[in-house]
Amino acid sequence: MSDPGPVPAAAQGRPRASIRVDLRAIADMIEPGTRVLDIGCGDGALLDWLAHEKGVDARGIEISQQGVNACVAQGLSVVQGDADTDLKDYPTGGFDYAILSQTLQATWDPKAVLGELVRIARRAIVSFPNFGVWHVRLKLLTTGRMPVTDSLSAQWYETPNIHLCTIDDFVGLCGALGVTIESATVLDAAGRPKGLKAPGRLANLLGEQGLFVLTRRA
Amino acid sequence: MLRLNPNRSGPETLSANPRIAAVDTTAPDFPGRRLEIPASAPLRLESGVELGPVTVAYQTYGTLNADKSNAILVCHALTGDQFVADTHPITGKPGWWETIVGPGKLLDTDRYFILCANVLGGCMGTSGPKDANPATGKPYGLDFPVITVGDMVRAQARLVDHLGIDKLFCVIGGSMGGMQVLEWASAYPERVFAAVPVATSYRHSAQNIAFHEVGRQAIMADPDWRGGAYQLAGTSPHRGLAVARMAAHITYLSETALHRKFGRRLQNRAQLSYGFDADFQVESYLRHQGSTFVDRFDANSYLYITRAMDYFDLQAEHGGVLAEAFTGTKTRFCVVSFTSDWLFPTSESRALVHALNAAAANVSFVEIVSDKGHDAFLLDEPEFHSVLGGFLNGAAEHRGLKFR
Repeated sequence: MSDPGPVPAAAQGRPRASIRVDLRAIADMIEPGTRVLDIGCGDGALLDWLAHEKGVDARGIEISQQGVNACVAQGLSVVQGDADTDLKDYPTGGFDYAILSQTLQATWDPKAVLGELVRIARRAIVSFPNFGVWHVRLKLLTTGRMPVTDSLSAQWYETPNIHLCTIDDFVGLCGALGVTIESATVLDAAGRPKGLKAPGRLANLLGEQGLFVLTRRA
Repeated sequence: MLRLNPNRSGPETLSANPRIAAVDTTAPDFPGRRLEIPASAPLRLESGVELGPVTVAYQTYGTLNADKSNAILVCHALTGDQFVADTHPITGKPGWWETIVGPGKLLDTDRYFILCANVLGGCMGTSGPKDANPATGKPYGLDFPVITVGDMVRAQARLVDHLGIDKLFCVIGGSMGGMQVLEWASAYPERVFAAVPVATSYRHSAQNIAFHEVGRQAIMADPDWRGGAYQLAGTSPHRGLAVARMAAHITYLSETALHRKFGRRLQNRAQLSYGFDADFQVESYLRHQGSTFVDRFDANSYLYITRAMDYFDLQAEHGGVLAEAFTGTKTRFCVVSFTSDWLFPTSESRALVHALNAAAANVSFVEIVSDKGHDAFLLDEPEFHSVLGGFLNGAAEHRGLKFR
């Protein structure tokens, strides 16, 4: 295991661009100086913020080559890879946090991915769109067609989101996997915490996104 | 195989002053610097042979800073040499990596101290088969011991010792240079802050060994090779070496690149000759590549260096588990491959990355879209250069390197 090492003073002084509200909600859960793996890190916004604001040893996996190149070109440690196939290589407990932000619903095998997350990290932080939110339910009920929303904007035949679930579904999977839910919150459309108790009926009805912190059952 | 001993103390350590080697009496007098490793402290090769004296010819660019933390070791490929950013003393062409090495360039000589040594077994000043065997006073020929990538790195480590550099900021190289990078990172992890293996692999594939064997057989089938003793016979197996180069050169390109460059266009003629002249431009190009190569490269060196690449297998050296080669490493890696490289395809880099992940290494991995084949690493590839620049800047930040 390599240690995160000191954050260079020059880096600490450099002002960071602000990050998306939902990413900020995740970033706030991360202890400074820890080891973090962000799976599906996109353009590296969260990694960059964590590395420079919290002195985190930040690593990423991203499926799009364009995203990877952008990350590495800004000095981030990111590999081209796939959550479905490439998590198995990582050693057990090698990270303090594994982050899967808005990616679970796009994996082939969410169950296996979730299992890998809690294996490679002490804590897994998972966020996903809630397909049980009231207006999605209402759309399906009233139109009889697959709902298209702001956060799920693609038609059913072209969406990358092949494994959508509700917050209650996710809680059920955690139970089936024997994964402990350490904390759970729901976010509004803008990614702000909604202050609802989750899991719970209201959370499943009103939350646009679920944000869960998971650990392996001891 | 003997494993390298990374211990730098004791009899391995050399005195501080470089001396111009007197060993190499047959070679042309190349410019540049020389380290002479005395017979009293020979290189212990993986084959078990002790080799000494050994000359290491090298070039440097830029200035080593006060705490010797800004050194970048560039490792050259099979037919490369130490003239990374100098006019080549034989061909008169620009240095082979002048696209990225120089003042204000990616490997900025205003910031970094760039070091490149001709590999052991080479023919540009470092001890190789064309040099005089001190035991006989005659060229080694096939009496030169078979060397490995590990041996090349071990010779470089002596040079790095000699320059008083404890930890290299970065070791970078493509193709066989990338093999040396991996060997460095595995054998001397505490001496490599960042490693950039480009268009390479942790082991030479069966297909690549096969191509090398074609090249070697071409050389050895040339009657002028004389069992490797062509220098004594006053001959030169230039035809065999040229064929070896022609075959190898095809593997450095891609079908797309060949097609774009030459297609089926005819060379200086309007129609087919119905003979065996170089009708096609691609034939003419290959013949040119072959004939110019023999002016600057030694046939026996080609045999020895291709053999070293064939023998390279970091996975086998670590009990079949590649991750074991990097256990506990703190080196920052940036692995780069190119989409059209069929000599060292992306799948090899990906396997390396998986092993590095398993070792919990700090690794970046990019595959660059290019249709230029294996040689893409030497060419102007903006995406590659932007990624490399970002990685080096990030690493420099973590190393605490300050630039004016």
